[in-house]
Order: sequence, then C-alpha cells, then structure tokens
Amino acid sequence: MEWADFTAGRTGDLHGRAIREMTNTTNTRRDTLFDVEEMELNFGPQHPSTHGVLRLKLKVDGERIVDCYPIIGYLHRGTEKLFELHPFFQNVPHTDRLDYVAAATNNLAYVGAVEKLIGLVVPPRARYIRTILCELQRISSHLLWLATHAIDIGAMTPFFYCFREREIILDLFEEYCGARLTLNCMRPGGQPFDLPVGWGERCAEFLDDFPSKIDEYEGLLTNNRIWKKRTVGVGVLPADLAQEYGVTGPMLRASGVQWDIRKAMPYEAYGDVEFDIPVTYNGDTYDRYLVRMEEMRQSVRIVEQCLDKLPDGLIMAKSPRVLKAPKQSDAYFSIEGPKGEIGFYLVGDGTPNPHRCRVRAPSFMNLQVVPILAKDQLLADMVAVLGTTDIVLGEVDR
Amino acid sequence: MFDLLATGAKMAVWMTVLLSVTPVMVWVERRGAALIQDRLGPNRVGPLGLFQSLADAVKLLFKEDIATLESDKFLYTLAPMLAVVPALTTFVVIPFGPDIEVAGRPVSLLVSEAETGALLLLALASLGVYSLVMAGYSANNKYSLMGAVRASAQMISYELALALSVVAALVPVGSLRLDHVVSYQQGTWWGFLPHWNLFPQFIGFLVFLIASFAETNRLPFDLPEAESELVAGYHTEYSSMKFSLFFMGEYMSMATLSILASTLFLGGWHLPGLDYSGWWVTAATTGLLVLMAKAALFLLLFVWVRWTFPRFRFDQLLRLGWKVLLPLAIANLVLVAALTVSGVL
Repeated sequence: MEWADFTAGRTGDLHGRAIREMTNTTNTRRDTLFDVEEMELNFGPQHPSTHGVLRLKLKVDGERIVDCYPIIGYLHRGTEKLFELHPFFQNVPHTDRLDYVAAATNNLAYVGAVEKLIGLVVPPRARYIRTILCELQRISSHLLWLATHAIDIGAMTPFFYCFREREIILDLFEEYCGARLTLNCMRPGGQPFDLPVGWGERCAEFLDDFPSKIDEYEGLLTNNRIWKKRTVGVGVLPADLAQEYGVTGPMLRASGVQWDIRKAMPYEAYGDVEFDIPVTYNGDTYDRYLVRMEEMRQSVRIVEQCLDKLPDGLIMAKSPRVLKAPKQSDAYFSIEGPKGEIGFYLVGDGTPNPHRCRVRAPSFMNLQVVPILAKDQLLADMVAVLGTTDIVLGEVDR
Repeated sequence: MFDLLATGAKMAVWMTVLLSVTPVMVWVERRGAALIQDRLGPNRVGPLGLFQSLADAVKLLFKEDIATLESDKFLYTLAPMLAVVPALTTFVVIPFGPDIEVAGRPVSLLVSEAETGALLLLALASLGVYSLVMAGYSANNKYSLMGAVRASAQMISYELALALSVVAALVPVGSLRLDHVVSYQQGTWWGFLPHWNLFPQFIGFLVFLIASFAETNRLPFDLPEAESELVAGYHTEYSSMKFSLFFMGEYMSMATLSILASTLFLGGWHLPGLDYSGWWVTAATTGLLVLMAKAALFLLLFVWVRWTFPRFRFDQLLRLGWKVLLPLAIANLVLVAALTVSGVL
C-alpha cells in the first residue's frame, strides 16, 4: 500500500479498514524502484510512552507499522499465587498492586468476591463509603490517563493540570485511610474506618470545583484541531471486534456498546443513585477521550448523591475472627473499574486461605486489541492507541 | 585595521547575544512553562532561579561523554558541532543598527555587506539539517535513524515555504541585502501605521512563522525528537556537552529565526518615532535593543505555543508543508510581485 492510499483511507471507510486489519491482508508496496526492507524496532520496556514496562516488538516499514507483537511479563510478581498463601483478610494489600493507580476498585472487586464466597452482608453505610471511594478513584485514574495520553500526543500542559486535581483526591484518600496510592481501604464485610469528621465537606468542596477543571482540560483539547487530527479516526475499534476480544470499560462504550456493570448488575450503592453511561459510536481515540471525560463528570454526580444520601449505622458486618470459605465453594465477582470489568474468581477449600484466585484484569483484555489497532498505522498513531487503551502493567502482568 | 576592529566588535556583539540567549531562553522557557502549567518552575539557584541554566551547564559539562560502541565516531562528533554552525553564522548578514560614524569613519552595523545577503543566510540556515541527519545516522540507533529521516523530510518541506516567504519580503525592496530591507521598512503609512512588511505580506509572515517552528523543531513540529514516540529522536544517544550543543543549537536557531522575522517583517532595528541620529553608541544600542525586543516577542510566542499544543503526526506535517504552506507562499509571492510591479508597494 502506498502512502497516498494509506493516508486517503484514513478518514472514511472506517469499518472497511477494520475488516482489512482483521483479515490480516499483507500490504505489499507497489513501488519497485527501491528495495524495501522492513525494520524491527524494539519499543520498550524502557520507552517513555509504554506506560510502564510493556514491550512491543514492532516491524516497521518506514513510519508504518507492519506488525506489532506485545511482550508482557516484566512486572510479573505471581500475585495470583500469593493470594493462596495468605488468609482472605491479608490479601487486600495485594490487590492494591494490580492496577496501582486505581487501588480502591481493585479492593472492592476482591472483597466483593470474598463476601460473595463466604456470604457476608455489608452494612449500607459501608456500601456508600465504598461507592464514594471507587468513584473518586475512577476520577483519579481517568485524570492519570488523560495526563499521560496528552503527553503521548505531545501536549505537556494537561499533564500538570490533571495532576493538580489528582493530588486533591489523593489527599482525600490519605485522610480516609492513611495511604495515597496503595489504599488497602476495604475489608471483607465492610469498611475499616468511618469517614473522618469534615471529610464529606472537603470532598464536596472538591466536587463543586472539579467540573470547571474538566472544562479547562477540554478547553485545551476537545476542539483543538491538532488534537482532533491526531485522534479522530485513529485506532478504530468496531463494536463486534471489541466484544470478541472481551474489551470492556470506556474502550467498549466508545465503540457504541452500552455495557456498564454499575448499571447492568448494580453493586454497592449504584442502584440508589442516578447517573448516565456515556456512549459514543465511532470507536476511535477521540471518542474514547470523550467517553472518559464524560465519565468523570458522571462520577462527580455519583459521589455528590452518595454524600447526600449517606446512611448512618455500622460500617462492618458481624463476621467471625477468621474467615473460612465453605468447602468446595467458588465465587466470581466483578465490578466496573476505571479501565473496564475487573473481577476476582475465588475458590474456597474450607481453610482461611483461598484455594485459588484468578484475576480478570481489564488492562490485559484491552491490551489484546492493541496489535490490531496499531497495524498499518503510523508509529505516532500507535503511541496514541497505546495511550487510549489505558493499560497499567501491574494489572496486565499481575 | 580599523575595519578589522569594527568587524570584530560587531561579531562580538552578535556572539554575546547568541551565546547568552540560550541560558536566558532556557530560564524563560522553564518559568514560562511553569506559569502556564500552574506551578513554580526553577526557583532555587539565584534570584528567581535565574542561575539554573548556569548550574545545568556546569552539570552537563561534568557528565560522562558516552558514545555507542557501534557508532560512526567521526560523524558522531561532527554532528553536534555542526548543530551550532548555522545559528552562529547566519547573523553575519543581519543588521542590528543604523549606519553610524565612529571616529569620523562610516560603519554599518552589519558584519558582512555581501550583496547576496539573504541568499547567504538561507544557504547557511539549510546546513542545520545535516547535523540532524548525521547525528541520527551515526549513532546507530533505530530511533535516532527515524528521527533523522523525519528531520530531513521536515526540513526540505518547510525550507521551501520559508525561503519563498523570505523572497517575497525581498521583492518590493529589490535587493538581497537585509540592511536594505530594514531601510525600506522605515517610515509609515498614513502617518501611524509603520511601513512594515508585516501588513501587506501578512500571509507571508504567517508562512514564515509556521515554517520557522518546523525549522527549529519546536512543538507542534518537534517530530525529529518527539520524546513520546522516538525517545529523544536524533539525539537519543548523545550525552554531556555533545547533547548540550544540540540543545544550544535549537535555542540559538530559535533566536536567529526570531531576529530574522523581526528584520524581514517588523522593520528590524528601526522603530518609527525613535531617534537614531545621536551619539553612535546610543544609536547602536537603541538599534540592538529594539531588534532584541522584537525578537523577544517571537521567542515568547515559541514558548507559549510549545506548552499549549499537541504534536502533529508525520504525514500531517508533510501535508501541511507541501499542500498548504507552499501554495500559500507561492500565492503570497505572486501577489507581492504583482503589487510591486503595479507600484502599490
């Protein structure tokens, strides 16, 4: 395929492109004036924009990517095996280190699975606190995504704006549980702490202020012509392909599939609050950007409502000192994390430790489509695609 | 002997300006970025962090000078030297003040009175790309190589548009000498509007401005060193003083292009209403200060744009160069030529 054809096909014929990519057509260049040699390029694990330690083996023809092969495992710590070695309570800190920029949602998915396995009923106040923490976590995760994605595309300034606001959220977390990143803020059966005095007001203050900050980011990017040129029509993910590969979260919703576990299978307090699920239909990098921006606004709505409705009462269920799962029991519990469906599958064998644990990590599933999206794109687009996938290697490698 | 001394003095002025522009601009850039990004920026070394650049320069001097094992040592060493050559030589044809009289002898504040003025300038400025290509090629790193390929494609695409907008600015003057361009721009239209090329040749000015962003590898056209794609592009493998030469080269060529833009489109050292007829020291200083003030506007624009925009993609950059800027530059040239022939300009 020649440059002209390649670039002409960029704007229209999006579905056709995706099909071409799926059917794995090899594009031979028509000009025979010069010998064309493809170069193998090692992209990462030490590269500024691989978002951690992802390594991509690229085959490039000039700037065009002929083939892309992700190699993972540089951050493998055997987390799933570690779960088997500790009692249910002690495993919560391990979950912090999966998606280390969204510890609260990991905590929730894990403790939810334990509660389901053992049959613990969480008091309503704890459910609300969990919802608040998870939505704040979603905002902070999306802020980090926007910051790094903007840097990938060359805009440095949004990074600092996003970190400015993320800092406030981390301060709120710190006030709640003492940690900023690896929160360890949930326990099977409830919450370890109640909200500190005045925390709700400080949180509400942030929520009042935050939508105007989102406007600020959008002012820099949404209608910026260079931003649109770099993202519209880049890395188009058709809905059927997304579903085949098990892509979830904002990636899926940007492709036009209205699937959000918070709505489909409400957990914690999501059944009690009103919020919308943003959906867009083009499935390109720009749409994924729009979806995530809107999700931050919706998260603000959710937290505001939760703070208003926060019920009184206990924060911890009555549970035995040592949690033991019934013999030959298993449970899968999944929630809508910032990056997609994060779920834990636990098998119990009557001991205080889980017999087996399996993590359904959204980043891992979403990463699978990167080679398809990156194929036939330019190197710069591949960086944009990688950024828009919002992967965290702690979760991919586990 | 007098001429030699005069030329030496003029060169000394330019060298001082260009060599001091890097530390000052680095400070301006970092503080400017901090201002835009809602943070403080360097503020530890000296008042307002003014000596940060000095500290950085010392640090870079003492860093280990690394060369990759497989690199082409000759080109690898030559490339950073070449990086500063265009920036340090193009000033020879740019005037920084009026013709003055020192000790009864006339002196024009222009290092070289070559008749080919602007042509010489374009030729010297074009040398810049060789350093990038050599650096990218010799380092034997794939990212460097891609940076070099990008650099050469980008320079070729944008130099044409840049040159054509320079040519358009020369057309009404009828001379290639930049001191003539400045004297042509003296005076006013209707008593208040300065007789600057900026107004009749606004398109040419914009083309020059955009092309100069590409020429200096500044965002949104910093593709040869796009750090999120190519790590550091052509200078990935450079360290220590070799790296800082590239760094200085970038800032000095920014300064040179800003000074050139002021000379071609904003009347150079001349500002209507200022008196340049007094003592020669005052006249020369006023001229230099006015030129620097105008150039500073462009330099601030460079900083402002860098911290506001995302980066273009390679193919978009080339398309903008060939399909938008070049036709615009040609149209501008034709328009200016027609206006000149018909006697309007």
